[in-house]
Amino acid sequence: MEQAEKPRISATGIVRPAFTGSAPQASSNNGFDPTRSQSLSESIDNSELLRMYRLMLLIRRFEETCGQHYSLGHVRGFLHLYVGQEATGIGAITALEPRDYIVTHYRDHGHAIARGIDTNRIMAEMFGKRTGLSKGKGGSMHIFDVAKRFMGGHAIVGAQLPLAAGIALAQQYMNTDVVTMVFFGDGATNQGTFHETLNLASVWQLPVIFFMENNLYGMGSAVGRVRHRGSDFSDAMGAYDIDVVSVDGMDVLAVREATQAAIDNVRAHGSPIFIEAKTFRFVGHSFADPGDQYRERSEVDLWRRRDPLSTYPKQLIEYGIATESDFEKLSASVDDEIAAAVEFAINSPDPDLSEAFDDIYA
Amino acid sequence: MPEITFREAITQGLAEAIESDDSVFIMGEDIGEYGGAYSITKGFIEKYGDKRIKDTPISEAAFVGAGIGAASAGLRPIVELMSISFSLVAFDQIVNMAANIRYMSGGQIKVPMVIRAPTGAGVQLGATHSQSFETWLSEVPGMYCACPSNPGDALGLLRTAIKSDNPVIFAEHAHLYGSRGEVPETYYEIPLGEARVERAGDDLTLVSYGYGVHILREAAEAMSERGIDCEVIDLRSISPVDYATVVASVQKTGRAVMLDTARRNGGAMAEIVSEVQERAMDWLDGPIMRVGSKDVPWPYNRGLEQDILPTAADVVAAAQKVIKF
Repeated sequence: MEQAEKPRISATGIVRPAFTGSAPQASSNNGFDPTRSQSLSESIDNSELLRMYRLMLLIRRFEETCGQHYSLGHVRGFLHLYVGQEATGIGAITALEPRDYIVTHYRDHGHAIARGIDTNRIMAEMFGKRTGLSKGKGGSMHIFDVAKRFMGGHAIVGAQLPLAAGIALAQQYMNTDVVTMVFFGDGATNQGTFHETLNLASVWQLPVIFFMENNLYGMGSAVGRVRHRGSDFSDAMGAYDIDVVSVDGMDVLAVREATQAAIDNVRAHGSPIFIEAKTFRFVGHSFADPGDQYRERSEVDLWRRRDPLSTYPKQLIEYGIATESDFEKLSASVDDEIAAAVEFAINSPDPDLSEAFDDIYA
Repeated sequence: MPEITFREAITQGLAEAIESDDSVFIMGEDIGEYGGAYSITKGFIEKYGDKRIKDTPISEAAFVGAGIGAASAGLRPIVELMSISFSLVAFDQIVNMAANIRYMSGGQIKVPMVIRAPTGAGVQLGATHSQSFETWLSEVPGMYCACPSNPGDALGLLRTAIKSDNPVIFAEHAHLYGSRGEVPETYYEIPLGEARVERAGDDLTLVSYGYGVHILREAAEAMSERGIDCEVIDLRSISPVDYATVVASVQKTGRAVMLDTARRNGGAMAEIVSEVQERAMDWLDGPIMRVGSKDVPWPYNRGLEQDILPTAADVVAAAQKVIKF
């Protein structure tokens, strides 16, 4: 972590070092810098590097499989896929400790998988089954696993931000070193709750990481069409005295290192940090959206060329961390896990009709 | 029994909770250094410190949502809205987060939080500050709604609300803060969903909650002079509703008038009357009458506002109609 030379004094009079994120080379050039040491990452060991790849692949295959079962009518409602954004979620969430909290938006399957939540139970929830994480009463947009401190899955844009501030407030109140990470998209940045929560987090110096997944489109609206400053968020938090780290969301190692540095900083100082990861969904907003009405094919193709599931394995091979045969084995194990999850979901019972009346009150 | 004001009862309930449970804290606009818009928490910040007594920005969605987050992470926040009219700004948080989150998570999350708010019209605050949204919120599954009418009930219900593992809307009619009543010295709690028979009678059942109970008492006196013996029921909470007590009374009297101080159209009694007539149709000697505020936005002018509000005379007029059946 880079320490600032001069301390900053926030509006509340709390002195803290300015946070500038990780070393500049980590957030540029796709995280791939042959001039660096022989190891691909100085802070992440090789087995973890491979685990991160496997999780990214698991998300991709999980999402593709959900799409297939949506077409078959097994998965219903709104289905928002995370295809293309895997490097962002994996880089961010694998940097957290088990005691840290995650709050997220409705494009949440990827985050749940990144957190290591049982794919059987996520898939069963997609299928609306009793064995799902929410017993079939939440669905795709409302994934929760409190045992993993995964606090949803929230489907009103920006509504999850105050919730995360409250979880962080509880940590401050109980004097823990737990970090709360809240995900949201560029679309949420025009909601009142976004600005209100940034203010609250700054006034109360809450230990929270605001993690924006800027995929450049709020449903079908390019961020530049609906936000005064367009897609430039670099100094947007100035009004709240919250440091901003911008990172390439297609580079899993850059995201991981920037997030790790931010987590260390929040744990040490308790004050909020804002991370912006520029990323892209290769698919439509939801399964109902082909995604080609408001974006040029050339733009999608440009981002697809940066698909982390292509670029990252190349890095792993180049550094001698993995071989083609390792990837074949990983791919087979991911396929097995997804197949087992689908089988589990299909074979699980629907909730009994009486269960509609359960879980309303504690 | 000592007699205290409604305001003192709320203050006592809050102080007890702060002193007995480290996980309880209070937050809201100007509840700390200012002492609260209605002086409920006067002196609290000096006594309990700014960790337990948190002044918030004027930012209802954020601090109500933060209360929900803190509750879901193990604390027991008491959030004060300066007016229940301001709940509109936080409605998404109250309904989608506080009330729905347990269900959507399949029972994984609980939200032990109280949202206290003054409610009701009558002091010329105009349309934006005079509303009674506890009636809207009472429809939402996943939370409760308490509406005390006197200091003793206020303390007993507040104790229960704070100990509840569920979100509770605690609606305090602003007219009541200065009213006095007896409060038992020995510790007690009042369950949510348990009505109280304020006055027993055989001829006609009158039902309300909060400030409405005071209007009913006056109406019952007037009816008594005309030889009609009224039973007055104070619901004390409008979610859950103690239908058993109401239905038993209607089965005895055969007639009922139900009063909202909120707007009549869509008030809590619209639902309650419907349910009671389904359960007690065979015992009814006439329609269940419904009285409430007139269906207009709240006017500022005193004469206009007073004309909108329901009175004991309105209750008596409704009672006379049902008695003629």
